[in-house]
Amino acid sequence: MRPFTYQAPTSVGEAVALLTEAKQGARPFAGGTDLLVQMRRGLFAPEMLVDVKRIPELNRIAFDPTEGLTIGAAVSCAWLCDHPAVRQHYPGLIDAASIIGGAAIQRRATLGGNLCNAAPSGDAISAMIVLDATATLAGPTGTRTVPVSEFCTAPGKTVLKPGEMLVSLHFPVPAPHTGARYLRFIPRGEMDIAVAGSGAWLALSDDGGTILGARIALAAVAPTPLWVKAASEMLTGTTPTEEVFTAAAAIAQEAARPISDVRGTVAQRRHLVGVLTRRALQGALQRAKGETCDD
Amino acid sequence: MTNKTLISATINGEPVEFLCEPHQSLLECLRDILGLTGTKEGCNDGNCGACSVLLDGQLVNSCLVLGVEIQGRAVTTVEGLADWRGLHPIQQAFLEADGFQCGFCTPGILIATKALLDREPDPTEADIRAWLSGNLCRCTGYDKIVRAVQAAACRLYAECEVNV
Repeated sequence: MRPFTYQAPTSVGEAVALLTEAKQGARPFAGGTDLLVQMRRGLFAPEMLVDVKRIPELNRIAFDPTEGLTIGAAVSCAWLCDHPAVRQHYPGLIDAASIIGGAAIQRRATLGGNLCNAAPSGDAISAMIVLDATATLAGPTGTRTVPVSEFCTAPGKTVLKPGEMLVSLHFPVPAPHTGARYLRFIPRGEMDIAVAGSGAWLALSDDGGTILGARIALAAVAPTPLWVKAASEMLTGTTPTEEVFTAAAAIAQEAARPISDVRGTVAQRRHLVGVLTRRALQGALQRAKGETCDD
Repeated sequence: MTNKTLISATINGEPVEFLCEPHQSLLECLRDILGLTGTKEGCNDGNCGACSVLLDGQLVNSCLVLGVEIQGRAVTTVEGLADWRGLHPIQQAFLEADGFQCGFCTPGILIATKALLDREPDPTEADIRAWLSGNLCRCTGYDKIVRAVQAAACRLYAECEVNV
């Protein structure tokens, strides 16, 4: 790894100033589980790492029943997964946060890093898209908010501008009769990168008989995590049945643009998108009805 | 470029000061600066778990932590498990259950086991296997490792006998 300098500021303003001033490039550094690995591989060689873990706004989980959930960009997956309010109100997010790496990686890896790394396979990104999450960014010209669904622009590329950093992620209050589920396929039980993944969110009518809103987002089958808007349109207004979910899964399969690589082929990935989307919708339905969803 | 920083930390209960460069991982600091070679370097990218240590009691891969990050913090390595009384109960359990073959992954697995049992005194076999998924053993000794963890839980938290 090429030498760099290290700074650990305690405010967003200080961090943005450091990121802006570094002429040879600086990177925000939280868990380092992607960043340090990529730097060792020589993918980039910043002159400075800006450790953001001492900045209060990046290092907090705040849940308010009227405001929703705010997660600092440097919050570890393990911290999130142990948080009672997150477990209770956002199980669809726990689905993804709990499968990123094993126990040691979990204690360092962050949802913010998963998003900024912008891997097509980022498990948390699809899970966040279906939960309608927004990202708060701070940069030299101020702060702005971007929907997570628009954050990734290409593999490893994001909307972040020079000097800009992710501060926090915000999730709206889960309305009654809504539920979300994220599922992925990997050849082993843990510690692997998704061959394909699917997140689903459903909003039901009070009697549970009609789908009032739906979102499906896929992982590892397009250059970025993919929000399948056509499936939302198809599902809205229908009755949640196996047939409807199968039809939505077919739309997701059509929307997927997978490649063949070391993890899987186009055909396998397209097949997986169908299976995972159907199961994710079933899980989201169970949760929307207040039931525990099947493993 | 020499850009050394003085780091003060607690390692295995002892106050330690050392100089390191920002790009040196905690693993490099432990092994190459402090001479604590019990922690092993396997993959150096967070997949194998051979470099597992506790940072303020939390399990981490020391290859993915920078040495400069441990300023003012506490690190436990495999050297910190045994004390003047002898082996730690986890080490004793691994010894009796034949929970290792070549031993290269063992320091990381002992530390990961400590992190698990500190958090969950009575883990199921599924809990143990999931928790240790980030620790690779290339001698394929997982069944004995799992039994060693179960035996360690008994030694630590219950007066029970486990057939290993």
